[in-house]
Amino acid sequence: MTLSNTPALIPLIFLGTAALIPIIASRKNWIAFPFSLLASLISVFISIYNILLVLQKGSVRYFFGGWAPPIGIEYVLDPFSAFIVLVINSIAFLVLIHSKRVVENEHPDRRTPYYAVVMLMLCGFNGIVLTGDFFNLYVFLEISSLALYGMIAIGEKKSPIAAFRYLIMGTIGASFYLLGTGFLFMATGSLNMADIKMILPNIYQEHTVIVGLILMVIGMAIKMAMFPLHGWLPDSYTYAPSSTAALVAPTGTKIGAYVIIRILFFIFGVSFVSKMLPLTQVLGWLAAIGIIYGSIMAIAQKEMKRMLAYSSIAQVGYIGLGIGLANPLGLIGAVLHVMNHALMKACLFLVAGNFRTKLGHSNINRFTDSIRKQMPWTTAAFAVASLSMVGLPPTVGFFSKWYLALGTIKNSNWIFLAVILISSLLNAVYFFRILEKIYLRPPDAEKDRTEKIKKSEAYPSMLVPTIILAIAILVIGLLNAFIVKGIIQKIIPGGMG
Amino acid sequence: MIRNEDNPIVGLVSRIVSPFIMLFALYIIFHGHYSPGGGFQGGTMLAASLLLIRLAMGSEIAQLQFKRSWGTPLGSIGVLIYFATGFTAMLMGGTFLNYEFLSLSEIASHTRSIGVLLVEIGVGLAVMGILVAIYDDLLEGDPDV
Repeated sequence: MTLSNTPALIPLIFLGTAALIPIIASRKNWIAFPFSLLASLISVFISIYNILLVLQKGSVRYFFGGWAPPIGIEYVLDPFSAFIVLVINSIAFLVLIHSKRVVENEHPDRRTPYYAVVMLMLCGFNGIVLTGDFFNLYVFLEISSLALYGMIAIGEKKSPIAAFRYLIMGTIGASFYLLGTGFLFMATGSLNMADIKMILPNIYQEHTVIVGLILMVIGMAIKMAMFPLHGWLPDSYTYAPSSTAALVAPTGTKIGAYVIIRILFFIFGVSFVSKMLPLTQVLGWLAAIGIIYGSIMAIAQKEMKRMLAYSSIAQVGYIGLGIGLANPLGLIGAVLHVMNHALMKACLFLVAGNFRTKLGHSNINRFTDSIRKQMPWTTAAFAVASLSMVGLPPTVGFFSKWYLALGTIKNSNWIFLAVILISSLLNAVYFFRILEKIYLRPPDAEKDRTEKIKKSEAYPSMLVPTIILAIAILVIGLLNAFIVKGIIQKIIPGGMG
Repeated sequence: MIRNEDNPIVGLVSRIVSPFIMLFALYIIFHGHYSPGGGFQGGTMLAASLLLIRLAMGSEIAQLQFKRSWGTPLGSIGVLIYFATGFTAMLMGGTFLNYEFLSLSEIASHTRSIGVLLVEIGVGLAVMGILVAIYDDLLEGDPDV
């Protein structure tokens, strides 16, 4: 085997593992976990290799079955897809380490199907990012979504309803996307992204193209949980098992954002989507409303997982805002925020998982400073991630907001700038509310106050990924200039800004 | 409730028809790459022949033909056959699913044909296993069975 196969290898490894797990782990449940962890580790290494390859030699195109596009299906490994794949797989690896205890705790008898389905979902996510073919993207979208419905429905009592709701919304989203692909195919006679990009400039004015583009963007906005289309998200994240929420929250919605960025800026081009059509403006305004709405709803929540879910809607709004700005700084901010939010949200959901495993609940009103005495490291990681969500330097959260703010200033869009600032204050409100409780509030009952609290931290397999993510939030925050200069500036497509 | 498995006519006819459905399903799978049909359609028909026996004779007797626990593993094996075909081509120096590199025959087009057939068999097995598994899972918890 030659190394030229590496672009296709990551989805294939996940697909193979997903098929293997039900056979080898049908009798012994515990085998499923090490196998999926191994697959995830290998794919992290391949992603690192891929990104080094791309930075050295430029984009790589991989033709499936030896059929050259536009007839065959191709995978495209460019700086953008390589970067997103690396983010997804590293986060997934850390969350998988953490998931061992959580899964044993929450649904021990369903480990084999659960990990098989997790592998399918990761196969779908990686495939969506890597593919260079619109229809192939739809296939991977369905693979990941179907797997995701199963992963959500495996949770507590209300989870099947949440999963069913997501099933309906997700299927509508996928249908919109498919319809849009059909319209584009009608207009161009091709499904290959690069090919369509070549054909499009001649037929921009056609209604088929415009309708197709809008249908695709709406479909993906549902997947991304963009503001008015976010209805499925809070329930799914709240009632899903903690490990599912921790896996999906950092990666799932970003995939939708990635596809929107890919379609708008790489295939249709900035001038078409921002000047000829007011598409990015609409996206920007919806995102701005979503940021404020998500933050206010997050303040109103009593359950930590639900609060994080609403916070996700707000954070996805930042990415949408970056897309809406349609200038290089906005795009840098959006792409950087894809990574940063993945780090922060993964860390926060892992903390929620630690609380649930150790305390048995994650109800904010019941948090007291006994938690800090009991789990000092988990609460420290929580504090770091919260500060990053608020956007304090030198955490990662500051830098993506910084680029987004610079982008709004460049466009002289002062309302968006105000939205970013106000939402940072709102973030501070809902995170400091928890920080105040777990650091300062003494227990209510007199008995609890005098009782000496024993230190009982989460299991090492849960604590280590949490701490790694918290450290990464600080370290990547300090190193962000290298990432922006080294990778993200190479992403910006020609003709922008 | 009138149980169909007590009716000799239904049972007999189903038992006669079922093998013919299977035979036709195999024809569809094996001719999939140069005539209408293929792994998915053939697999669906294979599953239909198994489900016909399950409906006519009752799930308990049908266990002798195809056990409830076989569905999911068969689905995985089917996917693995597909995966292994593609991956072998990759190991032999081509890209994924590039049948040319499988070196199964002297003639290049013949090699491709066998490669596609292997993939279709994998798809057919997977579809059959999963459809039967879905049917059995839906019946689970039904007191009438």
